[in-house]
Amino acid sequence: MDKSKETKTTDYPAFFRKRIFIIIAVSITPMILVSGIILYQFNRSYHEKVHAHLAELVLKHKQNIDGFLVEKLGNIRVLAKTFSFEELSDESFLRDRLEMLQRGYGPVFVDLGVINSQGLQVAYAGPFKLGKALYSTAGWFETAIKNEYVISDVFLGLRGLPHFIVTVRDNWKGESWIIRATIDFVAFNNLVGNIRVGETGFAFIMNREGELQTKPLFDVMPDKGPYLEFMKTKLKEKDDVQIVERKDAFGNKNIYVAAFLKGGDWLLVYQQRASDAFSDFRRALRVAFAIIILGGLAITSMAYLLSTRMAYRVARMDKERQMMDEQIVETGKLASVGELAAGIAHEINNPVAIMVEEAGWIEDLLEEEDFKEGKNLDEFERALKQIRTQGKRCKDITYKLLSFARKTDSRIQEVHLNDMLEELVAISAQRARYSNVTINTNFQSNLPLLEVSQSELQQVFLNLINNALDAMEKTGGKLEMSSKVEGDYVVVGVADNGPGIAKANLSRIFDPFFTTKQVGKGTGLGLSICYGIIKKMGGEIEVRSTVDVGTTFYVRIPLAKEKEKEEVVATT
Amino acid sequence: MKTPLVMLVDDEVPFVETMVKRLEKRNLTVLTAFTGNEALESLGKHRNTDVVILDVKMPGMDGIETLKEIKKAFPLIEVVMLTGHATVESAIEGMKLGAYDYLMKPCDMEQLMTKVDEATRKKKEHEEKIKEARVKEALSVHGLE
Repeated sequence: MDKSKETKTTDYPAFFRKRIFIIIAVSITPMILVSGIILYQFNRSYHEKVHAHLAELVLKHKQNIDGFLVEKLGNIRVLAKTFSFEELSDESFLRDRLEMLQRGYGPVFVDLGVINSQGLQVAYAGPFKLGKALYSTAGWFETAIKNEYVISDVFLGLRGLPHFIVTVRDNWKGESWIIRATIDFVAFNNLVGNIRVGETGFAFIMNREGELQTKPLFDVMPDKGPYLEFMKTKLKEKDDVQIVERKDAFGNKNIYVAAFLKGGDWLLVYQQRASDAFSDFRRALRVAFAIIILGGLAITSMAYLLSTRMAYRVARMDKERQMMDEQIVETGKLASVGELAAGIAHEINNPVAIMVEEAGWIEDLLEEEDFKEGKNLDEFERALKQIRTQGKRCKDITYKLLSFARKTDSRIQEVHLNDMLEELVAISAQRARYSNVTINTNFQSNLPLLEVSQSELQQVFLNLINNALDAMEKTGGKLEMSSKVEGDYVVVGVADNGPGIAKANLSRIFDPFFTTKQVGKGTGLGLSICYGIIKKMGGEIEVRSTVDVGTTFYVRIPLAKEKEKEEVVATT
Repeated sequence: MKTPLVMLVDDEVPFVETMVKRLEKRNLTVLTAFTGNEALESLGKHRNTDVVILDVKMPGMDGIETLKEIKKAFPLIEVVMLTGHATVESAIEGMKLGAYDYLMKPCDMEQLMTKVDEATRKKKEHEEKIKEARVKEALSVHGLE
């Protein structure tokens, strides 16, 4: 039926958004929290591990290099203590010593020189032509003559090649003399250069002035970076290793690990890109992020799906509830109107009965002789007849009202719907002819038997047919009756091509006492009763109408189900 | 045949008055009562009443209860129920309880007359049968002795 009331507007989109938000928040928050905590802890412990590893590495090499220097110094010291200035001043003897050293320790020692207190090299053994060179003005000589032994920084010297030297001072006849050994720079460089970790990890040595003592694998800017800060730090313990992480001049984050060598003169620096050092961690981080993002996406889409479904379900339930509410209101309205109608019918019935009896009494009296000759006898008789007719009409109305109110239950029986409809069409045929209406039928054969009250169903369809005929009374037209099975229902259509029902009236046609017929022609109860009967059967009655085109009523009657049949005592 | 003695029971005084006039005009002797109790009392005085025309819907003791009492006290008296449409069920119940028939208000006078006549005839037949039975009984008793 067409009673679409203004629907209560529930804000479904807001509800929907709230759902999504809650689901996402509840699911993603713990995921992010757990992942965050685990990643943080992992990050910390991994950093510690890497730092410890690098510190160990640097410390080991520091000891290695220190050991190397001490050993070389020891070699030369042994040489100075074992042989006298005189012996060593002999160049051929010196050459033998060099060969001996090179044989014993490899080509680490490049050359040997013996220098007197004036800085004159009295003897030289080695690949360069440095015999009788005067070192009195060389920087290293001044230091060497003052100290018992010296390991110099790297310098170019007379030969024009980077190298460093080890000197040992001794006395001969009251004069200081020095034996000097050049350490092979390449061999030394390899000690440091071999420290390689990952792709960007490398090491080098620099002195306190920030000058590089070995050739670093990559470019290093000694005046930038933390190197000088390392220099300033006081050496607390011999094996102290310092670690910092900071950005270099190119904006890359580096790890710097530093340890002092040679009693604090040199600094062994190991540096590596942080991204390289923590590459394992980065990889784990990337995987974790990928999982979080994928999980987030999955959660979001699930939230969206679930919320959509839920919103849809809620909307549908609301709609169903609304429809049910409307039906309840409708039923309630009809019921209350029914009670009212019953009351009115009773109240009216008695006075009408009295009136009719009084009229009957007058009729009885008119039979008597005295009145037979009365000149107005005909008029009296006409008036009384009219009273009786109108009284009967009142009775009809009250009967209809009462039948509406009391839901005339009839016995439920098996009904051949098509046969019944044919009968009704036959009954109505005479009236249709007067109104110039042709009735066409289009019934689906082999309809299943219905288990309903035949008389009630007759009442419904007779009512619909009569309404249709009334509508087409003046114009004539066509009445189409049809029946067919649709799902669990039999649908009967009663279609006319009469004037149609105005939109404003369409929603009211099932209301009791609503009628568009002339006063006295209709009670406005017919469709209301039909509605009640069909609803009681568990069916539906629906109307579609277009003004000037026609009106179609669809009655849906449920097919018999496997349920216990209620035997209702027939009335009348 | 003797004119039937009819009692009309209804709480609507004007209805009763008019009906009495119309029924008397049709040669019936009519007693009236406006409540169930009144009807029972009156019947106690007029045991020869043939038919009671009884309205189903009355205040106080209603038609059905009155009918039960009548049938208990005066089983031979026939009762025609008079009802509005809404109380058809009670009319049917009444018939189960022994009422002769029912009519709907406002009723057609001819119909009412027919029912009253039929009811009266039935009552008379009953009375006849009872008489016959008594005679037979008396005879048989006599015969045995």
